[in-house]
Amino acid sequence: MDVEKVLQAAVAATEAAGSEFSLEEVRVRYLGRKGELTKLLKGLGQLPQERRPSVGAAINAAKDELQSKLDARRIALASEQLAKKMATEAVDVTLPGRRPARGGLHPVTQTLARVEDIFVGAGYQVFAGLEVEDDYHNFAALNIPPQHPARAMHDTFYFADGSLLRTHTSPAQVHVMEHQGPPIRVICPGRVYRRDSDLTHTPMFHQIEGLVIDRGISFAHLKGTVADFVQRFFERDLDLRFRPSHFPFTEPSAEVDVQCVHCLGSGCRVCSHTGWLEIMGCGLVHPTALSMSGIDPESWSGFAFGMGGDRLTMLLHEVNDMRLFFENDLRFLEQFN
Amino acid sequence: MKFSEAWLREWVNPAINRAQLLDQLTMAGLEVKAVTPVAPKSDGVVVARVEQVALHPAKGLSVCQVNDGRGRRQIVCGASNLQPGLVAALAKVGAVLPGGVRIEQADIHGVASAGMLCSAAELGLGERSDGILNLGAGYELGADLGDALTLDDVSIEVDLTPNRGDCLSLRGLARELGTLNNLPVQQQPAPPVAAQIDAALAVDLEAAEGCPRYLGRVIRGLNANAETPLWMQERLRRSGLRSIDPIVDVTNYVMLELGQPMHAFDLGALVGTIRVRWAQAGEALRLLDGSELQLDPSVLVIADAAGAVAIAGVMGGERSGVRPNTSDVFLESAYFDPLTVARTARRFGLHTDASHRYERGVDFDAPAMAMERATGLLTSIAGGSPGPTLASEQAAHLPRRNPVSLRQNRLQELAGLNFDAQQVDALLARLGFRLLDRAETEAEGTVWTIAPPPHRFDIKIEADLIEEVCRIQGYPNIPSILPAAPLAPRPVALERSGERQLQAQMAGGGFQEVITYSFVDPLRQELLDPKAERLVLANPMSSEQSVMRTNLLPGLTEALRFNQSRQQRRAQLFELGLCFRPGAALQQVLMLGGLMWGERGLESWHEQHAGMDFFDLKGAVERLLEWALGDLDAVTFKATQDQVLHPGQRATIVVDGDAVGRLGRLHPEIEQRLQLGDGVYVFEITGEAILARPLRKFAEIPKTPSARRDLAVVVDEAVSAQQIRDTLAKTLGATLKDLCLFDVYRSKDIDLHKKSIAIGLTFQSFSSTLTDAEISRHLNKAIAALQAELGARMR
Repeated sequence: MDVEKVLQAAVAATEAAGSEFSLEEVRVRYLGRKGELTKLLKGLGQLPQERRPSVGAAINAAKDELQSKLDARRIALASEQLAKKMATEAVDVTLPGRRPARGGLHPVTQTLARVEDIFVGAGYQVFAGLEVEDDYHNFAALNIPPQHPARAMHDTFYFADGSLLRTHTSPAQVHVMEHQGPPIRVICPGRVYRRDSDLTHTPMFHQIEGLVIDRGISFAHLKGTVADFVQRFFERDLDLRFRPSHFPFTEPSAEVDVQCVHCLGSGCRVCSHTGWLEIMGCGLVHPTALSMSGIDPESWSGFAFGMGGDRLTMLLHEVNDMRLFFENDLRFLEQFN
Repeated sequence: MKFSEAWLREWVNPAINRAQLLDQLTMAGLEVKAVTPVAPKSDGVVVARVEQVALHPAKGLSVCQVNDGRGRRQIVCGASNLQPGLVAALAKVGAVLPGGVRIEQADIHGVASAGMLCSAAELGLGERSDGILNLGAGYELGADLGDALTLDDVSIEVDLTPNRGDCLSLRGLARELGTLNNLPVQQQPAPPVAAQIDAALAVDLEAAEGCPRYLGRVIRGLNANAETPLWMQERLRRSGLRSIDPIVDVTNYVMLELGQPMHAFDLGALVGTIRVRWAQAGEALRLLDGSELQLDPSVLVIADAAGAVAIAGVMGGERSGVRPNTSDVFLESAYFDPLTVARTARRFGLHTDASHRYERGVDFDAPAMAMERATGLLTSIAGGSPGPTLASEQAAHLPRRNPVSLRQNRLQELAGLNFDAQQVDALLARLGFRLLDRAETEAEGTVWTIAPPPHRFDIKIEADLIEEVCRIQGYPNIPSILPAAPLAPRPVALERSGERQLQAQMAGGGFQEVITYSFVDPLRQELLDPKAERLVLANPMSSEQSVMRTNLLPGLTEALRFNQSRQQRRAQLFELGLCFRPGAALQQVLMLGGLMWGERGLESWHEQHAGMDFFDLKGAVERLLEWALGDLDAVTFKATQDQVLHPGQRATIVVDGDAVGRLGRLHPEIEQRLQLGDGVYVFEITGEAILARPLRKFAEIPKTPSARRDLAVVVDEAVSAQQIRDTLAKTLGATLKDLCLFDVYRSKDIDLHKKSIAIGLTFQSFSSTLTDAEISRHLNKAIAALQAELGARMR
């Protein structure tokens, strides 16, 4: 038998094999114990001595070649198989995915968190305080005695025993001053309450107050802190202006206006065509407020600032009606997730 | 405070344009809120004088010959106040009036008319349309009306902070503007008006602590038909006040000009002499606005022999009010104590121009000047003869102007800006502070001691002076620098989560955060917390927001209802906030509440979602507790009698033996009452319990393989999963690594009162690989225990 012919037949059979099973049949027929190439090798002894090495080498070469063809064919068959299987597994990738229900945080919560993060990064603590307060912490300790005109502007909710819903987060600062000596660096976020309701006022809203008390704190420090915060909060270089104002618990006091984030100062509906948006009140802590909380105003000084969490949210996300925050319409809330 | 720019510039006129002026006011702390033109645009209107008035053939019309400065023209007019000599506004042919009305040459019933004489309303100068606007004397004929009346003027409204009562007048605003621009103020003349008659009313100051200074003056014989001149009407109008009659107008005008509120009584209605006293208990007073007040001794009144005639500094009484035919008046110009006026005004909810000023503090040196000014103006308009001004005074009760010191070093330290002493000298002088002392010191630099002027009620301590100096120097001139502080590492609680982590955890679990009002409808609260004592607002905005919430369910259910009526098919909501529980002491408790309603998942083509049920809720709660506590070993769900929840689907959440919350389906009756539809699942847990985060400690991971065996047992319906779990845990001890309850099956093939429960048990030993024999021994022990303790039988 001619080795070459056997090999050709074997290779042809290998190429023709359409399955793992028929491929195995080919292997057994040619390379098995009784396979044709095996038989040829066994018949080597019948050949003359001098031909044996060359024929033997030819048979072994044929065996090797067939084995590699078989291996190649096996791999090819497997990948054909896989391809067929995958074809049956094809999906319409444009069909929607299986999404778990999504939750999210209220936009005002996100704003408060952002403000906290900015200040916590600078070494401030966070203290939230409680919402039902006494007159002393909400007013008297902040240098707002009874009959002070500032009280009329606060439109306070009262309870029968004279306690009240805090009208600002400043009482939280008083608690911090009472319980912790200076130096103090604290941010007080939370709900506050005033009897007021229209497009830009709700009877409950959020404030964030900051208080820093240390030696040698100046108005320049207040300006630097506020300017830095505004830049970081909006991630824009916006013009700021500090206008003299009046709060009983700070002296000197200022209102801070920021260049309108909407029109950048050219005048629009958001800024009532002034180009400016009022974003916070601030000032150096009034010496009386310091001493009422047991801090010597001759040794220490400090600044405080307060801003509206809801208002900052409105400016950041261009929300135009404050009441949306407390209706809890999912179509509104989910826009911020 | 609203005022006219032109009027202000008569007092002080810095060389700056309107925009600069407005900016200067705002940046000095007098925030400009609104700027409005004093008149709409008109064109071609001039000052003219009516020379002759003749009857027109048509009824009610007149034919006037009018001098417009260049010549005579004939005008047909229907007004009733036409008379020769009347100086009026003439809209010439071609003129355009506000609203775009164009004046044409006309032929009115056969008579030619070359223009129109205008009423105030037609020119946009107020509401009066009952006659031709009487300009009065002093205008050049033919002059453009806009120039004559400075109609390019604007009304400026400034929002004044309560400390700046001194700017509630033109005089005060001018003083401020002068200070800012370093200019002197043209004080308007108020020459004393000599008494012409002896008539006077004695005034008794019986409550000097409320009224230390009271000036009164009688004026007799005023012409009741006199009219307020146009210039005064216009100034009042541009300041937001309506012209009433000369007496009222003059008192208002002086208040605007000098900041001194004044009151005019009808002299004929007063009985006997005047007493300034505390009201008597039970005394009543009917006010000018018709309201009837019941007074008490905390109220300061002006009284005559017959009783109270005015609430001091707030409002006058009806009995002594000026009437259209009043010819004799008693004028009041007084200083009232700010707190007394504030207390009364707030008490009765009365806010008047007078009380607004007195509450903030009125210059106590102004009453005399104001009295002379008012007398001069009133007699020049309405004639009459003034009596002497009688001043009653108890100087000891006038406000004190104590010395205040300013230390240069302190100023620089607090401002963050260096000031040289000459600069401060100049600023203090500009502010009108009287220098009492100026000392050079080693420790403090220059120390100034000043006395604040009587118009400033807000300069009491050094900080007030520092503010004033910084304000006039200009806040923009103070640098911006960041404070420095030690770089101390921040404390972060080891065994406690932050609220934000908790919120993020809830959001990650598919819950949307809501923020609901802390005050709720008492009816809703009653339904959702029937037994709770409630904290009630004394002055709620509405009854729907009148009690403080005792739990989070009112807000959560309301938010659900809001969204249900907006076509939502499902909702998972949560809120983290304080709840208010009165008792011996009010508890303000941080609570976490959640609500689940509707389809389990988002609508999709994959599968049809069933409605959420108790176990969706419980799974969410378990997941949360696991996050907080690390595992559920300390957690049990115990039976509860909670009336708000469905009797068959409710449990108390117990952690380490403490009840920390509850979960379950809302009671179907409540679902119905609140119109929420079926299947509203809620939970509440105290913030304290869920924010605890015990330190995690490493447990060795076994190197041996685990083996799982499943078994199915049939038990009575009454046997709970917890009982099976407890029995197995107790019997198998540490070898039982995990227990998974993977099927609950009921069928009539078993028994109607029984259920089959399939449990996967995972065994593992630390020391050695468990053999089949050992596992079988454990399994048999478990089966025996279930049979013995729970009457279970194997399936």
